[in-house]
Amino acid sequence: MLKRIPFWFTYVFLWVPILVVVAMSFNAGDSPYSWGGFGLNWYGELAGDQEIRTGLVNTLIVAAGSTAIATVLGTLLAVGLARHTRSKVLDAIATLPVILPDIVMAIGLLAFYSLIQLTLGLYSVLLAHAVFGTAAVAAVVRTRLTVSDPALEEASRDLGANGLTTFLRITLPTLAPGIVAGALLAFTLSVDEFVIAFFTAGPQSPTLPIVIYSMVRFGVTPEINALATVLLAVTFTAILAVQRLTRLTERR
Amino acid sequence: MKAKLERITLLGPGLGYLTALMVVPLALVLSYTIFQRGRFGGLVYEPTTENFRRAVDPLYLDVLVTSAWIAGVTTLLALLIGYPTAYVIARLPARAKTIALVALVLPFWTNFLIRTYAWIVLLSPAGLVNDALTGWGLVDEPLQLLYTKPAIIAGLLYSYLPLMVLPLYASLEKQDHELLEAAANLGARPARAFLTVTLPLTLPAMLTGCVFVFVPSLGNFVVPELLGGGRTAMVGNLVRDQFLKARDWPFGATLALAVVAMLAVLLLIQAWSGRRLQGADRA
Repeated sequence: MLKRIPFWFTYVFLWVPILVVVAMSFNAGDSPYSWGGFGLNWYGELAGDQEIRTGLVNTLIVAAGSTAIATVLGTLLAVGLARHTRSKVLDAIATLPVILPDIVMAIGLLAFYSLIQLTLGLYSVLLAHAVFGTAAVAAVVRTRLTVSDPALEEASRDLGANGLTTFLRITLPTLAPGIVAGALLAFTLSVDEFVIAFFTAGPQSPTLPIVIYSMVRFGVTPEINALATVLLAVTFTAILAVQRLTRLTERR
Repeated sequence: MKAKLERITLLGPGLGYLTALMVVPLALVLSYTIFQRGRFGGLVYEPTTENFRRAVDPLYLDVLVTSAWIAGVTTLLALLIGYPTAYVIARLPARAKTIALVALVLPFWTNFLIRTYAWIVLLSPAGLVNDALTGWGLVDEPLQLLYTKPAIIAGLLYSYLPLMVLPLYASLEKQDHELLEAAANLGARPARAFLTVTLPLTLPAMLTGCVFVFVPSLGNFVVPELLGGGRTAMVGNLVRDQFLKARDWPFGATLALAVVAMLAVLLLIQAWSGRRLQGADRA
């Protein structure tokens, strides 16, 4: 039993702060700390918050756009790296966005955008998020490639199919679960990303994390508790849905 | 010829994109470190070593050391808590294992800023921790918990602990139980078997976990700002301020380079120990 203390500590440590925030979101009082009776008023406040709504829409646009770019580029890159090169340098370039600290990437992009005199807006964040998105998709698809059999592709070619047909009818379908998983990862990373967005978003186009940041910095308000609870519920549902989906596809 | 065309179509777009929006920006930051700041922000393209001299000024060196120290303590704590946690998870029955893993990553998928915010709610003078302490009569006055170094470490640990547990879990999970049985049959006690068999085999995963925790901790500026209250600046705060407030991009770039240099050392150690272990495998 003694051996399990760190195990239980980890879970208490990870969950108590979140549960406190969730509990406090149903607080009718004005304080984010002390209980003033049950109420849903902070959810009402949240629903009417124009800034949060703008941030949410911006975040979804950025996540959808960058995921679309990342899925195409990352999938091609994964196949290319696995089947057509042994170069360590190319390999390093494809994994660099994953290990590079976000602040280094952020200042690099800011410097680059200012050099080419690109006005910062929503698209500058979108293009930036596609960078680590591409690396994430490529990494996930590559793990899938290592278990798929190159002999299938060779057979397809031997039977007279050209490169494109082979790619579309053999390679892509076998990689599909990996591509979906990679795209989901890229989307999640983008929705949660703050530092790069903070440096590369125009003043008129804050993403949701930027809105939350300015709220938290301005002062603690119970509205954030309500927002946290909503985000948690969405994440939880999404994870359950993905699990159900993977179980269904595995059974087929 | 055809193979070459295929290679270009597959590799070209992705590598082109990463080159334009990552390699070039990084080269740009690197080149900034030898230039000077213009009088009204901007850059003067005259080479100088001034930025490097300023970075080792005690004032800034102190911040660099403090940042490395905070990130290091966070990583060490994550390892000490994360290893036994991963060990227990890896030995749970299948269904409990799934639940434990989901419960581990779920907090990780809520927004990073909200995870940090939760600690403000907990640690503030009127917060839950102080309520409990005064309520139980352990302290008379609420303690100053927020805006301290331990608060920063708690926030960082909270955000990145799962990144330590997951690689360790993956490594412990696929470990060959027959090796431990063999050790036991040969008379090794559990503690000795753990130290001579399990621990060395999980060393690469330990290092991976350490990199996963240390890297985002070192360059972090949100946690020190929100939980450290600006009293303890970390190098991330300096970089942010140089770029967005002081508009001294060359000096900001130099500080960022210091962060990258520290990480490069860590990655080299990781690669070296990984290779050494592989060598030992073959022998």
